[in-house]
Amino acid sequence: MENKLLEIKDLYVNAGEKEILKGLNLNIKKGEVHVIMGPNGAGKSTLANVILNNPEYKKISGQIDFEGENINDLSTDKIAKKGIFMSFQMPEEIPGISTINFLRTAKNNITNKPVKIFEFKDSVKKFSEELNMNQKLIERNLNVGFSGGEKKKNEILQMLILNPKLAILDETDSGLDVDAIKIVSKGIEMYKSSENAVLIITHNTRILNHLDVDYVHVLINGKIVKTGTAELAKEIDENGYTQFKNL
Amino acid sequence: MDTHNLKIYNEREKMKTQVEDINRNIYDIKNKDDYEIKIQGLNREIVEEISRLKNEPDWMLEIRLKALKMYEELELPTWGPDLSELNMDDIATYVKPKSKLNSSWEDVPEDIKNTFDKLGIPEAEKKSLAGVGAQYDSEVVYHSMKEDLIKQGVIYTDMESAVRDYPEIVKKHFMKCVPISDHKFVALHAAVWSGGSFVYVPKGVKLDFPLQSYFRLNSPESGQFEHTLIIVDEGASLHFIEGCSAPQYNKVNLHAGCVELYVKDNAYLRYSTIENWSKNMMNLNTKKAIVGKNAQMDWVTGSFGSKVSMLYPMSILNGQGSKTEYTGITFAGGGQNLDTGFKVIHNAPNTSSVINSKSISKDGGACTYRSLVRINENAKNSKCSVSCESLMLDDISRSDTIPVNDIRTDEVEFSHEAKIGKISDKTIFYLMSRGLSEEDAKAMIVRGFAYPISKELPVEYAVEMNNLINLELEGAIG
Repeated sequence: MENKLLEIKDLYVNAGEKEILKGLNLNIKKGEVHVIMGPNGAGKSTLANVILNNPEYKKISGQIDFEGENINDLSTDKIAKKGIFMSFQMPEEIPGISTINFLRTAKNNITNKPVKIFEFKDSVKKFSEELNMNQKLIERNLNVGFSGGEKKKNEILQMLILNPKLAILDETDSGLDVDAIKIVSKGIEMYKSSENAVLIITHNTRILNHLDVDYVHVLINGKIVKTGTAELAKEIDENGYTQFKNL
Repeated sequence: MDTHNLKIYNEREKMKTQVEDINRNIYDIKNKDDYEIKIQGLNREIVEEISRLKNEPDWMLEIRLKALKMYEELELPTWGPDLSELNMDDIATYVKPKSKLNSSWEDVPEDIKNTFDKLGIPEAEKKSLAGVGAQYDSEVVYHSMKEDLIKQGVIYTDMESAVRDYPEIVKKHFMKCVPISDHKFVALHAAVWSGGSFVYVPKGVKLDFPLQSYFRLNSPESGQFEHTLIIVDEGASLHFIEGCSAPQYNKVNLHAGCVELYVKDNAYLRYSTIENWSKNMMNLNTKKAIVGKNAQMDWVTGSFGSKVSMLYPMSILNGQGSKTEYTGITFAGGGQNLDTGFKVIHNAPNTSSVINSKSISKDGGACTYRSLVRINENAKNSKCSVSCESLMLDDISRSDTIPVNDIRTDEVEFSHEAKIGKISDKTIFYLMSRGLSEEDAKAMIVRGFAYPISKELPVEYAVEMNNLINLELEGAIG
């Protein structure tokens, strides 16, 4: 029981009038790395957004529990404070707010106490160096004028600084070159521990070459149709999703 | 302390680490409406009475009477916000506080001094200002400047003293940059003006620290009509800061000040304003600058308060190679109609202007950016670049852009960029996913939007502006 982090039971979700998730179940325990794969439009990003209660999506029925507590109706910031983090597919640009100040505000909010400035700066420096990030980026306005790769690295930096219990990575690998994927994978390795879990949402298998994963789920048409190990990803790589369409 | 209170306490403590906490109450301190003289309404006898009380020379009374006649002849402007609520019979045109002009805070009456203390004026004076003037209702109650500036010939005093002590300079400049016929509220101003600051910076004198005048209107149903006249002589340099606020009343208050700035050849003047009038204020203020050869005039303006504002500072670039820059932000909440902008006349070759305006509206507030850029035929090789951006925080707020560009020569570089946008739900979600509440997320977006302006302000004012933004956004979530 104690190891339970996320538990999704029979979740139905709409975006506007459109049904996106249609009875999704998912269990994630501490120490695990899960991958959700699926074709475009299957509902992968919806799942990430709905866990954080993005108001654009409406839960019709079902339940999301985090550490045994129903978080269906919690606001996004409260969910973040419970320890769920999401790396965005397209991180937002915030003019006029420096990355470092944003990180500090986020850390203050998540931990609910003021950070110690020097410690904080040291850890930002350490992690951003590990991620091969240009130190000048940290002083620049949040994501403004960042390249696609820089934005994704910045998401991973935030994950490392905020140190959540569950990190959801929504298409973090998409649009990255081989080197950037290696660095992002390194970031995930640094973060991973027996006390937390990772949920990777992706439509390709490249990132799995650099990471040990415990479970691979195939999401098609709003439902998880198959769950397996890393072997399953290889199979998808070779044969695509058509084989699951009739499941 | 029970756990609930402890939690609230912790939340508050936490907030303080972000931006220094601020209490709206400091702007809302209402002192007793305690005055020596309060004159209501507007007619010839009243104008004569104000002049007599001030012991003015005849030439000033003549200007006042001429202006009164002009006021009666001129129509209310119909092209902007509705001003029909304003009834001059209900407005006190002159309110003399129970205080004389002092040069030591110790001598300022307790309740008035307390107000300025809470607004942080004496403290700022000690830390970062070269001189301070403080006006309470219609009269200046405190004026002081550092010794070494007096020795260098800098003059910084209240306008009444200037009329008495430097009549020739005042006569030459008063209502000359802004003619009394400019519009109805300039005429009104000239008829009943009281208080304000006079600054003269002699040739070549450069002030390292700013001078600041603060205008506080305490008396309900009254007007403030201060006159600011600044002359920065050749090669001299000055940063002047103007602050204003008033407590909230149910009835209309009026502010019709006038600012006349003369920036002589090779001189520099920066004029910064943080305006935080209460939301029953009609702010119909007029500001103009005449800029000489190779001189520069910079305006930095933050407009937060008032019910209605019509405010369009103006630079007249008369000297070859003169420059002006306007950086302004306007923030309109519910029930506010803030019509602001900038005017520039390029009237000599090689002149340049940069206009950077931002506005934020929420809860049904309306912001209008209204501007005039005129580049005269003789202004060859001039440059003008305009950028205005608006941010609306909801669907019920308004934002309009009304630029007028009148360019009479081909040999110019002119660019105009306008952006109107709504605060993005995606951005709010992104910030909330990092633990920020909806309120904090909006405040962060707005602070970022305002940053290009706030970074132009002296640091204490940048902090004050951020605090005002946070205040404005408190409870903004319905």
